[in-house]
Amino acid sequence: MTKLHIKTILNSEPVEFLCEPVETLLDALRDRLNLTGTKEGCATGDCGACSVLLNRRLVPSCLVLAAEIDGQDVLTIEGIAQGETLHPIQQKLLEHAALQCGICTPGFVVSAKALLDQNPNPTEEEARYWLAGNLCRCTGYDKIIRAVMDAAESMRSDETQ
Amino acid sequence: MSGERVFKYVGTRPIRHDGLDKVTGRANYGADFTLPGLLHGYVLRSPHAHARIMSIDTSAADAMPGVKAVITGADIPKTTGVVLLGKEGRYDLGDMGDNLLAHDTALYEGHAVAAVAATSVEIARNAAERIIVHYENLSPVLTVDQALAPGATILHDGLVTKGQPLPDAPTRTNVAMRTELRRGDVDKGFAESDIIVERQFTTPMVHQGYIEPHACVARYGEDGQILVWTSTQGQFIVRDCCAGILGVDAATIKVIPSEIGGGFGGKIPVYLEPVAIALSRKAHRPVKIVMSRDDVFRASGPTSGTKVRMKIGVKQNGTIVAASGSLYYEAGAYPGSPAGAGAMCALAAYKIPHFVIEAYDIVVNRPKVAAYRAPGSPSSTFATESILDEIANRLEIDPIDFRLKNAMMEGDQAPYGPKYGPIGLKQVLESAKNHPHWKAPLGPNQGRGVACGFWFNAGLSSSATVSLSGDGSATVVTGNPDIGGTRVAQALMVSEELDIPIERVRPTVADTDSIGYSDLTGGSRVCYATGMAVIKAAQDVRDQLLARAAKIWDVGVDKVTWDNGCAVPLEPSADRTSLTLRQLAEQMPHTGGPIIGRASVSAPMAGPAFAVNMCDIEVDKETGVSRVVRYTAIQDVGKAVHPSFVEGQMQGGAAQGIGWALNEEYLYSPDGVMQNAGFLDYRMPVASDLPMIDTVLIEVGNPLHPYGVRGVGEVPIVPPLAAVANAMNDATGIRFTDLPLSPPRVLKALLRN
Repeated sequence: MTKLHIKTILNSEPVEFLCEPVETLLDALRDRLNLTGTKEGCATGDCGACSVLLNRRLVPSCLVLAAEIDGQDVLTIEGIAQGETLHPIQQKLLEHAALQCGICTPGFVVSAKALLDQNPNPTEEEARYWLAGNLCRCTGYDKIIRAVMDAAESMRSDETQ
Repeated sequence: MSGERVFKYVGTRPIRHDGLDKVTGRANYGADFTLPGLLHGYVLRSPHAHARIMSIDTSAADAMPGVKAVITGADIPKTTGVVLLGKEGRYDLGDMGDNLLAHDTALYEGHAVAAVAATSVEIARNAAERIIVHYENLSPVLTVDQALAPGATILHDGLVTKGQPLPDAPTRTNVAMRTELRRGDVDKGFAESDIIVERQFTTPMVHQGYIEPHACVARYGEDGQILVWTSTQGQFIVRDCCAGILGVDAATIKVIPSEIGGGFGGKIPVYLEPVAIALSRKAHRPVKIVMSRDDVFRASGPTSGTKVRMKIGVKQNGTIVAASGSLYYEAGAYPGSPAGAGAMCALAAYKIPHFVIEAYDIVVNRPKVAAYRAPGSPSSTFATESILDEIANRLEIDPIDFRLKNAMMEGDQAPYGPKYGPIGLKQVLESAKNHPHWKAPLGPNQGRGVACGFWFNAGLSSSATVSLSGDGSATVVTGNPDIGGTRVAQALMVSEELDIPIERVRPTVADTDSIGYSDLTGGSRVCYATGMAVIKAAQDVRDQLLARAAKIWDVGVDKVTWDNGCAVPLEPSADRTSLTLRQLAEQMPHTGGPIIGRASVSAPMAGPAFAVNMCDIEVDKETGVSRVVRYTAIQDVGKAVHPSFVEGQMQGGAAQGIGWALNEEYLYSPDGVMQNAGFLDYRMPVASDLPMIDTVLIEVGNPLHPYGVRGVGEVPIVPPLAAVANAMNDATGIRFTDLPLSPPRVLKALLRN
């Protein structure tokens, strides 16, 4: 099959690549663009480990075709920190020891960012339901939820200062 | 005594060294590695639960453009070797090799039968689909009842029941092992009992559920040198299993452990590595194999489905006098369920003068089980703790008081033999009793349950080195993959021994060429046993520093002591004042060269762990849907080196146990095809299913460890099954004996009542 030529904005940089028409965004990110921070846990959209933001909307990249991002804006885990400054969600996950094996962590970071971008003051229940699409088998979610709530609070207080 | 030591670093909560890479996506897991010329492997699996392989025709696959190698069971030598783990553990390489690629018979749906390496995953998959396998179907044996039935299909001709088979046991059998624990006179015990409760329980086969599928890359060099990059709980186990199965020296194989995306026991066996090596040898190029989630469910893990009959007799005053139990554990396709451990754990929390427990290891046409967090204990404990709950209700005594009355203490003899050293069961029970959770009012349709759990923990062998840099910083290297924060714990130990700030200690998990042999990450042993090696290696550094100071001062080493991170002369003078670690490190080239501390340990025993969980559940009586609304985990953790990660173990174990209790189960069609091999239908807990999981850390020092550390990782999954079921009983008045307590099962029982 002829490969498709895709032009996209990826982590705020213009990027071009060739892909198969049937190739998922997840595979293109990992295998063609070397962005292995996005993880495959199931490839069926059930675990959230491959979460990315497509035009700021949270999607599982295993259920998006690479060809679909032509002309679109994609943000992956590699684009969340600003240079040496971690996103507050990343910082709070570290401070709360909210990761053990860490394989689900990139997905949680992306997913939590999408939550806080559109709801800066979520209740615990809202955070739990928003993050219900991200599986973690190590932590029981306790410290992750605390970290996300803490990140939301610190982002709100940064905003008001 | 260890408990009295005042710590400076141990017990603090620094950010883990490997954390930044994990929150930024830079950390490299099993599937993240590549090599020049990489080929992609695909494993063809049996669609039948039990079928003789009559022939395999790979010619069409071989002929496809892009296909570089095709292998079958004929390419994996049959072997009779074993890899030993400590005194009792052993891996049967014959079974492991047959599980990698079936030699004669597919023993479960998902059993690998052939593998392809090609220039892309798609080509490899398409080629695999062109492999023609002729099967002769055999009737599958899916449950312990089917396996034990007269005239049952026998999975393995020549299987002999090991252990203590009953005298009248049949010679053709699916029972791989029978074992028995006995004390006192159990008939007399039951005769003396005022209340006897006997019930039968079942727990489903469940998967460890790590989010990272198995993945590896292997490169076979024409000089026979082999490189394996893999996600594993034990790089040395992988090395030794690959060497034994392929018939090469262990030293020809270098195994580099990747970051590991969860294991829980399921990433101890090899499933892919020898296959990737064999493909690479044939293709002369490196080969990567990554399991799909479907593969993970059908062909890796899981843990045993079980049937447990348990009977407990108690006096009116609440003293337990007798217990008897029969444990039937599915091993999957090859022997090796944790039935024996289940028997040893079932009664480990209580003083019972008369008991007999028998355990059966039974092969069935399901994937070969792997370890899963305190393997064997959750299922047998579910039976014991459910019956104790029922007895407490009948005696109308507080279930915690009832357990306290019978609780094991230091000096009591464990049912599996030894006398307990200092253990914290009484302390955790008292903590539960005094916890606000225990007294909090319940809402409508809510119930509360409590249960105990026990796990041995393991010791085994570990190596560690600590190297000092010229600027006084240090690296600590071990051979144990870090699943839950063990690297930062090891760094804390080096900080503690040498008084170096935690930021100046770098912990690393090394490949098999770069550190001495270390047993796997499992048995809750890394912080304990590998930690002891780390402490000794750091002390070795300190001893060498003292010798260097003595050399500088030209005094005997007995005239130097270590205090507060400095070498201090016992007889100070103008040119003999104390030297800091950094000053000594700077002078290393002039005082004898680099300083490397090294240590290895073989820890034969560990400090057993006890835990108590309290669970509040709310049941929707119209739908059978239940929800855990409050949960508290209390555990004797020995000494918490990094308390946040200890809490994390307790919370994660509780969540897994809640999933096992409420929703998780392997569902099979009658012909043995798994029906729910995906995260949509195999329902693990998600964030919205759970409340916060409160933790209480009780520290009863383990005298076998210099800081009092005991293993913490496994016992957290033991109490939840019964804690949840007991809460369900409290909420509904129904004693559930079959897990999971999924909405259909609960609703059915509610409607029947």
